[in-house]
Amino acid sequence: MADKVLMKGNEAIAEAAILAGCRHYFGYPITPQTEIAAYMAKRMPKIGGTFLQAESEIAAINMVYGVSSTGKRVMTSSSSPGISLKGEGISYIAGADLPALIVNVQRGGPGLGGIQPSQSDYFQATKGGAHGDFHMIVLAPSSVQEMADLTVKGFDLADAYRTPVMILADGTMGQMMEPVSLDYTPKAPVEKPWATTGTQMQREHNIVNSLFLAPDELEDMNMKRFQRYAAIEKNETLYEEYRMEDADICIVAFGIAARVSKNAINEARARGIRAGMIRPITLWPFPTAPISAATQHVHSFISVELSMGQMIEDVRLAVEGRAPVTLCNRTGGMIPSPEQVLQAIQTAAENGGAK
Amino acid sequence: MVVFEKPKSLTDVSMHYCPGCTHGIIHRLVAEVIDELGIEGKTIGIAPVGCSVLAYNYFRCDMIEAAHGRAPAVATGVKRSLPENIVFTYQGDGDLASIGTAETVHAAARNENITIIFINNAIYGMTGGQMAPTSLPGQVTQTSPYGRDVTQCGYPVKVCEMLSQLDGPEYLERVTVNNVKNIRNAKRAIKKAFQNQVEGKGFSLVEVLSSCPTNWGMTPQKALEWIDEKMIPYYPLGVYKDRSANKEAKA
Amino acid sequence: MAKLTFKSDDCKGCGLCVDACPKKVLALSKDKINKKGHHPIEAVKPDDCIGCAFCATMCPDCIITVER
Repeated sequence: MADKVLMKGNEAIAEAAILAGCRHYFGYPITPQTEIAAYMAKRMPKIGGTFLQAESEIAAINMVYGVSSTGKRVMTSSSSPGISLKGEGISYIAGADLPALIVNVQRGGPGLGGIQPSQSDYFQATKGGAHGDFHMIVLAPSSVQEMADLTVKGFDLADAYRTPVMILADGTMGQMMEPVSLDYTPKAPVEKPWATTGTQMQREHNIVNSLFLAPDELEDMNMKRFQRYAAIEKNETLYEEYRMEDADICIVAFGIAARVSKNAINEARARGIRAGMIRPITLWPFPTAPISAATQHVHSFISVELSMGQMIEDVRLAVEGRAPVTLCNRTGGMIPSPEQVLQAIQTAAENGGAK
Repeated sequence: MVVFEKPKSLTDVSMHYCPGCTHGIIHRLVAEVIDELGIEGKTIGIAPVGCSVLAYNYFRCDMIEAAHGRAPAVATGVKRSLPENIVFTYQGDGDLASIGTAETVHAAARNENITIIFINNAIYGMTGGQMAPTSLPGQVTQTSPYGRDVTQCGYPVKVCEMLSQLDGPEYLERVTVNNVKNIRNAKRAIKKAFQNQVEGKGFSLVEVLSSCPTNWGMTPQKALEWIDEKMIPYYPLGVYKDRSANKEAKA
Repeated sequence: MAKLTFKSDDCKGCGLCVDACPKKVLALSKDKINKKGHHPIEAVKPDDCIGCAFCATMCPDCIITVER
């Protein structure tokens, strides 16, 4: 067991990526994730890797597309407005079935918004976020340790399923310092016979491409991709249940909102209210099954979010009208306080599941 | 003895280009150069959106299709990942000089060790003949039906001249393929642009003045004449930058 | 004595080769139509060919092989 080191969330992502075998990073400065770029700028030249500050987010994601085409692990990171710019490239990466890791350390929006934490890119991340039928796996860390762990896992998932993977963090997770253990046993590299590495005159040419002009071919590609998505939903859905065994009230929250909610749940329990939490770790695929199963004993659900209410739609889809789902939120860079969440729990307890 | 045949690094697939379109000639020149340098096995080509988006069907080397304008960024990624391989992009004028201007300029500024074949035919071919960043003043297109009005649409972008102001690029040359002599000269330039990469010299771009008979509304023959009459006066042929040659000359 | 071979089915009938030939060896066929629906080129004066390959140099579709 390696010793723990004190790291910022952003730095933990960067170091974990290097430990996962990523040797190519492309990015563009934007608050509050620039520490990732700065860390890579220091480390990559010393380990024979590439750090390149691109001319734009658009260029950065296309450099990622290029490296991924050659079969190597590669990443970029940004924050909300920059992720919008990367949207085109992410769609092409998904369309060409390329693995890549994209980190979004969210800030408030829309537009230039603010530089304080937010979770308002939930829709963008989980519903595709660019043109065309596609998903990416979305991982939502809620501690600095998870920033590192999910980065390593993200690379593995990207390679295994040939899909873009997003780490959806927020400004607090990026800036927060916690002790981290970076003790990873690297997995055997995934074979990538599709990669464009030069034919060496030994094989037919490989083509990395998302263009299929024949409608039936494009449909076929989409069908096959969604078969892979079904496997991801079946095998890779991750969540944490907290004090859910006997819960009457279930909070659904991820990232920083989940940390705040834990405090509120403990306080509610101390006051005799049986509250618990389901914390999605994968936002796509969303943990629909455990939320649906919880309706057996939960009379009220509360979605705690740093947005105007985005994940709440997926919670409602999972609950399917069997219990009320309310929103407890702040936006603009504000974080719900434990008191605000406790108040929401108390209100739900008083209503007792009345719709 | 065979004195001329289809180069080995082109596939047997019949190209989709319109009759008389010079894309086919330029594809062949690139392939001849790849054959002559013996680099097919380590070459990776990148063709973004435009008429040549299907180039991946025609070149026998590994190929990547890229988003509109982004080929230099994709090429940067590929070359940084595989520095020993040969990486080229094949881009049109809308791609390279309009939507991908930033990617072009910054790849040049970084002196990325890549080769860019830039097809300037002064029009958007794939979408059916709209005004390009390189359409000439007064040129009639689908989106400049009264002729390109420079007071409204501005002036054409002269890519070689523009990039020659940067310290980064190694080699910039403008050529054309409207007759046998010019085709041979174009091949020399394209070969140099690949040879530079093999030798690690850096960013090499060859701009090829090309015809688009279909969207110019001319016969293939008339279109080649139009290059002489209209395009070359606005886009003079020649070497715009050759850093190594300049160094040798000074030495 | 030079010899020209054509991959006639890939010919698009653009005629650039016809104009390039210094000996007027080539012409578009008046009666044949190929798979693409074009009148392909043919050698109307094959004996005059000097094997300069100007035709093949101009051909955008690589349909001409020149032997000498």
